[in-house]
Amino acid sequence: MALDSKVPKGALKDKWTDYKNKINLVNPANKRHIDVIVVGTGLAGGSASATLAELGYNVKAFAYQDSPRRAHSIAAQGGINAAKNYQGDGDSTYRLFYDTVKGGDYRSREANVYRLAEVSTNIIDQCVAQGVPFARDYGGLLDNRSFGGVLVSRTFYAKGQTGQQLLLGAYSAMNRQIARGKIEMFNRHEMLDVVVVDGKARGIIARNLVTGEIERHSAHAVVIASGGYGNVYFLSTNAMGSNVTAAWKIHKKGAYFANPCYTQIHPTCIPRSGDYQSKLTLMSESLRNDGRIWVPKHLDDVKAIREGKKKPTDLSEDERDYYLERRYPAFGNLVPRDVASRAAKERCDAGFGVNATGEAVYLDFAAAIIRYGTEQAKIKNINNPSEAKIKELGKDIVKAKYGNLFQMYEKIVDENPYETPMMIYPAVHYTMGGVWVDYNLMTSIPGCYAIGEANFSDHGANRLGASALMQGLADGYFVLPYTIGDYLADDIRTGKIPTDTPEFDAAEKEVKERIEFLINNNGTHSVDYYHKKLGKIMWDKCGMSRNEKGLKEAMVEIKALREDFWKNVSVPGGLNEMNPELEKAGRVADFIELGELFAKDALTREESCGGHFREESAETDGPQKGEAKRNDKDFAFVSAWEYKGEPADAVLHKEELEFNDIELKQRSYK
Amino acid sequence: MNLTLKIWRQKDSSSKGQMVDYKVTEISEHMSFLEMMDVLNEQLVNSGEEPVAFDHDCREGICGMCSMYINGEAHGPDRGVTTCQLHMRMFKDGDTITIEPFRAAAFPVIKDLVVDRMAFERIQQAGGYISVNTSGNTQDANSIPISKHAADEAMDAATCIGCGACVATCKNSSAMLFVGAKVSQYALLPQGQVEAADRVKNMVAQMDLEGFGNCTNTGACEVECPKGISLDNIARMNRELMKANI
Ligand SMILES: Cc1cc2nc3c(=O)[nH]c(=O)nc-3n(C[C@H](O)[C@H](O)[C@H](O)COP(=O)(O)OP(=O)(O)OC[C@H]3O[C@@H](n4cnc5c(N)ncnc54)[C@H](O)[C@@H]3O)c2cc1C
Ligand code: SF4
Ligand code: FES
Repeated sequence: MALDSKVPKGALKDKWTDYKNKINLVNPANKRHIDVIVVGTGLAGGSASATLAELGYNVKAFAYQDSPRRAHSIAAQGGINAAKNYQGDGDSTYRLFYDTVKGGDYRSREANVYRLAEVSTNIIDQCVAQGVPFARDYGGLLDNRSFGGVLVSRTFYAKGQTGQQLLLGAYSAMNRQIARGKIEMFNRHEMLDVVVVDGKARGIIARNLVTGEIERHSAHAVVIASGGYGNVYFLSTNAMGSNVTAAWKIHKKGAYFANPCYTQIHPTCIPRSGDYQSKLTLMSESLRNDGRIWVPKHLDDVKAIREGKKKPTDLSEDERDYYLERRYPAFGNLVPRDVASRAAKERCDAGFGVNATGEAVYLDFAAAIIRYGTEQAKIKNINNPSEAKIKELGKDIVKAKYGNLFQMYEKIVDENPYETPMMIYPAVHYTMGGVWVDYNLMTSIPGCYAIGEANFSDHGANRLGASALMQGLADGYFVLPYTIGDYLADDIRTGKIPTDTPEFDAAEKEVKERIEFLINNNGTHSVDYYHKKLGKIMWDKCGMSRNEKGLKEAMVEIKALREDFWKNVSVPGGLNEMNPELEKAGRVADFIELGELFAKDALTREESCGGHFREESAETDGPQKGEAKRNDKDFAFVSAWEYKGEPADAVLHKEELEFNDIELKQRSYK
Repeated sequence: MNLTLKIWRQKDSSSKGQMVDYKVTEISEHMSFLEMMDVLNEQLVNSGEEPVAFDHDCREGICGMCSMYINGEAHGPDRGVTTCQLHMRMFKDGDTITIEPFRAAAFPVIKDLVVDRMAFERIQQAGGYISVNTSGNTQDANSIPISKHAADEAMDAATCIGCGACVATCKNSSAMLFVGAKVSQYALLPQGQVEAADRVKNMVAQMDLEGFGNCTNTGACEVECPKGISLDNIARMNRELMKANI
């Protein structure tokens, strides 16, 4: 099948308006006869479910947690972007569009990104109307902060819990529709396959996670909003249950999977402390506004610190290497995420890591405390303040800005970050890759849509901070409700989709056989054993920097791991009951397949772009020596993979990217 | 460290449950409580036994899934944290730790340490929202200024994660702190005023219907709440209810 992005003709700024003026609409009386399944209730699925139900469709929503409110969007800390220009600092739709395309290293689709920037302002209006308590200034107006690598303040936030508040907003809108009977909510249900009838997505097979029952659900369209697949690395900042299963199942039934290798590794996470570690915790990017990142200059100091003979505060300024400030004088500690992460890895690989595992660098607030303290002393008219007084005043300001993060750090690490620098290390955080969708957010299976982190659409090869929340809500509140209507307009006379058909029989049989196999396998290794092995291969060979040799090895190793898994995995418990090990087994089986495709995608993309750094594609001389080198001539395309039975046999389809409104440039942060 | 765990095991909602003893060894003080449970479960799987089922997801104190009653306290001995944020440094070598599910008539056990909190969902569905449809034409977000103080207070109430520790802790199994937090968030914002009376009446009626007990002002909920939701929210809800009824 040829890839058609279905981007409307016309000038960039008119495309979405013209499109909305011309699409088919479904009249309100007919919407009552149309069912839509939404898999996932995070920001994307929650906002879509509520909006579709308000419009009059019958929505069936699914989540594996016990409430829509617990989707992993709840964990987002920092904020959400919107081109409101409330600060009058020159922001505009175009500027948000430009920053997003540039930040994504010119690997996203212009028309989608422009639409995202266009609807961004509606999101803030909608959320405020729902009662989302965004932070405000003393005049009672909305406050903004600035976020990674952009020149304007456009990030709206609710303390350090922006994702929570936005999700609770969408959840409240869902609740209103659940109460009206327009959304039927299936908590503790996991989608295990999509059902395709006459080439169209017409339903899903789901497992009730409480009773173990396998259920058939039909609809006129299916929307996948199941989040990202960062847990393919085992350790990430995702929730324990975050998975690729829903996205992978539709891939196997015909949806192309785009750019799987584009992963964001976030520079500021709490380092791993031991082998028992189950997940990693993010420390918001906003900390880099005030924290300075460094490692010791000399290896003997590193050794002394690791052995506990020296403390970081014992080192004088000239014994420290503020490596970001040294390498990138223009942006310093505020370089984009991918650049900051690679620089930390470079220092740690060279032996300068400051904790027992050798994988940690310092994020130091001492200078900020002094700077704020001095400023406060002036404001408060304190003459000749003592150093202790300055520190006290400075700590108060730092506490007001980052108090909850500092407390979170202290609870986990048991060290006081006001007194000693934090230790941080990069961790897998977000996946820009995902299910390929056209401008309508439809996958290559007609009637099957993908929204939110589950699709590949808007962030190219690297996502800017505070843009995922924006995209999830844009897709769910303002884009999908239009585009899906255009498709469903053909279904007003279809009537209810029956579930007693051969297509449902076959899909259910396949699902049942697979989980029965897992339960009856009686192997020797736990599911986590395989997940950890997969994670290690991914981190070592498909992590922050990649090369041909490593990627080829990864493909071989992951395939061997898959064979071992299906021979030797052990899943205790039964089928017809709550069985968390069985849930995990299914998810890990899908991660293993995805991992192989991931490595293949990374191998095929012989350029460095955004979060994907190929060692073979770096600048060899000049001031940019060692930095990532993009290759627009050969690689300005989206890789969309078609499933052919084995991940290694997947067929590549290229969607060429055209840039008419932006000039392509190499990123430079020097 | 080496520990003895006394854990509630229950096959399903219709079976009877019981406490079962387990031993875990070489637990690091840097582990989180749930990582310690992972160690136990790995041990059980490797010996062919069924692991202990428990709810968890984000493991960073925000999703509200985790819900263990540890040594007689909801979310365990530390303050201001959820079970997933509790660390093993709170315990000593040789300790015996008792682990039960959150108990309340309105939270039936599903399996082992997993309980059914759908009652909370139904209370939210009864009125925990502002009736505004999605459109691109709601008024501009800055058209109604809201004082920083009110916005901050609404935010403090809105940080409730819906975990149910307040109910599990209360001797009456009252859900007043949870419901009070939601009612307060909207009561403090101008957007919430239009439906204020119906909201509080409907949410409280649903709460009573679900079989949660009454509040007798012991304040245990506030102490155990991982998000520091204050008792003021209960007082505000009572005022809102009185206003609504006159
Ligand atoms: C710690 C952290 C902090 C972040 N901070 C920010 C930030 O400050 N700003 C920003 O813009 N972005 C941030 N992000 C990214 C952003 O939060 C996510 O990309 C976004 O919330 C994803 O939303 P979603 O709706 O696509 O998916 P999710 O919120 O992950 O929801 C997935 C849903 O799918 C369901 N599901 C999954 N699989 C199945 C299945 N098989 N069957 C049934 N249901 C299923 C789940 O139950 C859940 O309801 C952060 C991410 C993390 C991890
Ligand atoms: S009020 Fe506190 S204890 Fe009760 S559900 Fe909310 S966060 Fe949990
Ligand atoms: S697992 Fe999310 S709050 Fe504990």
